[in-house]
Amino acid sequence: MNDLNQVAEKIREDVISMLVAAGSGHSAGSLGMADVFTAIYFSKALNLDPKDPWNPNRDRILLSNGHICPVWYATLARAGYFPQDELLTLRQIGTRLQGHPHYRCLPGVENTAGPLGQGLSQAIGHTLAAQMDKADWRTICLLSDGELQEGQSWETMMFAGKNNLYKLTAIIDRNNIQIDGFTENVMPLEPLADKFRSFNWSVIEVDGHNIPEIINALNKAKAIFENPTVIIAHTIPGNGVDFMESDFNWHGKPPSWPEAVEALRELRSLGGKISYE
Amino acid sequence: MPNSSLSLSQFSNQKARSTRDGFGEALVELGEVNKNIIVLTADLTESTKVADFAKKFPERFIECGVAEQNMAGIAAGLAACGKIPFITSYAVFSPGRNWDQIRVSICYSNLPVKIIGCHTGLSVGPDGATHQALEDIALMRVLPNMTVVVPCDAIQAKQATIEISKIPGSCYLRLTREVTPIITQENSKFQIGHIDILENYGQDVAIIACGPLVYQALVAAKELNDEGIKTTIINNHTIKPLDKAALLKVARDCGAVVTVEEHQVAGGMGSAVSELFSANYPIPMEFIGMQDSFGESGDPDQLLAKYGMSVAKIKEMVKKVIIRKPSYRTRLEERL
Repeated sequence: MNDLNQVAEKIREDVISMLVAAGSGHSAGSLGMADVFTAIYFSKALNLDPKDPWNPNRDRILLSNGHICPVWYATLARAGYFPQDELLTLRQIGTRLQGHPHYRCLPGVENTAGPLGQGLSQAIGHTLAAQMDKADWRTICLLSDGELQEGQSWETMMFAGKNNLYKLTAIIDRNNIQIDGFTENVMPLEPLADKFRSFNWSVIEVDGHNIPEIINALNKAKAIFENPTVIIAHTIPGNGVDFMESDFNWHGKPPSWPEAVEALRELRSLGGKISYE
Repeated sequence: MPNSSLSLSQFSNQKARSTRDGFGEALVELGEVNKNIIVLTADLTESTKVADFAKKFPERFIECGVAEQNMAGIAAGLAACGKIPFITSYAVFSPGRNWDQIRVSICYSNLPVKIIGCHTGLSVGPDGATHQALEDIALMRVLPNMTVVVPCDAIQAKQATIEISKIPGSCYLRLTREVTPIITQENSKFQIGHIDILENYGQDVAIIACGPLVYQALVAAKELNDEGIKTTIINNHTIKPLDKAALLKVARDCGAVVTVEEHQVAGGMGSAVSELFSANYPIPMEFIGMQDSFGESGDPDQLLAKYGMSVAKIKEMVKKVIIRKPSYRTRLEERL
């Protein structure tokens, strides 16, 4: 188990603590994307500096499926963007940690998101601004798979493909679940990679729990100058907590206190591989 | 301050133009002086009058195709990076179709995106009800952070376009397709959030209008004056933020109001004025506008007459509201 895996496990623990304290929020996607967020903020693949969060040359990280913001907040805090003490204020009155992210409400929070399908359009705007200013920074937009059912998603795919926006990278959390069930039952997305290719995107598929593989994909995307890149990250929703994994019922609810205790026990023992107490 | 150097004879012999023309001209001027001005279209370059900008500044012109939702989101991203994007379309599409994107991506973040809604009102005419935006003021004024401006003629549309570019937040500018009379002058003062008192025959009733129907209000006022009814005509071009102090003074001075707009009466400019008056200085009011129905195809003037937005209708409503004034009733009773 290397350092980055440990960081991701800590982020998962934070997510569980935040959600149980808040009493509402989205568990499955937040846990499932912990490794991807770790790869983004804790590797050297991107130009990010928690001590200078709004540096004009920073790479832009946008989250489109705003409901998984607990993992964004937890990652940002652990990376040093803001104090970790604040994490437990999630969803409480007066907090900067809104239930869905609000533009610049916290250092590192680049965009507002909640209603689905909007983040990639915003990311295109960032990419075009960089192009107009002849700037070097890149834009990364994290999306869910379910939100691709929004018509706006396909508007963005057409636009980015037409304009060869190679400084834009989309990362899709391909966890196959949404509120009403499995994506392929609710409204099928497959063949997803082929759909993106036919819209003039480069496609990289990765194991969304293999951090080196994710970092490698982020670097690979930087070497593609022909068109935008989508990284389809195959993830397990609720990853790390056995009773949440791959169960769509955990999409939009937090653990109860006993469930949180059980989840933390499992995370801290690395799935029973070690004893932590 | 009354801006009353205007008279019917002055504007009736000037060439009529559309507010979208004034917008298109301003955009080119803005493009020259401000490199951050970006224009986005959703397949309506010619009819929204952004073709000249597109030709002159192709690197700052973005064709989105028929995709208003994506256009709004792209503008939000550009604005977050310091640009001043103008998103242009017909108002039935933007803000009609992308209201959620405007609300979430643009307005909640108070990003300086300028939403330009063309082809508003019944006077779109032959295209019919699907293309006649009669709800856009309501859609936009209900959003926190949003500034809402409705210019009355081409000159004011040009001034308004330049002024909204300077506001550091989200704005909606309402434009029209039809050529309409020029009411203001090149040197008329235009300030967002400040009403213009166009004509002051007297203080029997105030007619508060916005958009090209300001012309009909002026014509009605002149005819009423000849009949002995003295009105004050206000161009209330900024629906949000309202010029509260000046409007309340008008309410106190006149004691009765008719509002005039080419929009649903529900949620429009008249509603905004009525919210202000009812909370602070309740007076009798009548509302000219669309009375909770859709439009239809037809000649613009005939449509305005059929749906109650004509000079005759304004006069009728002024006469209706004046007898609701307590002071008028007292006078009437004294005479009897």
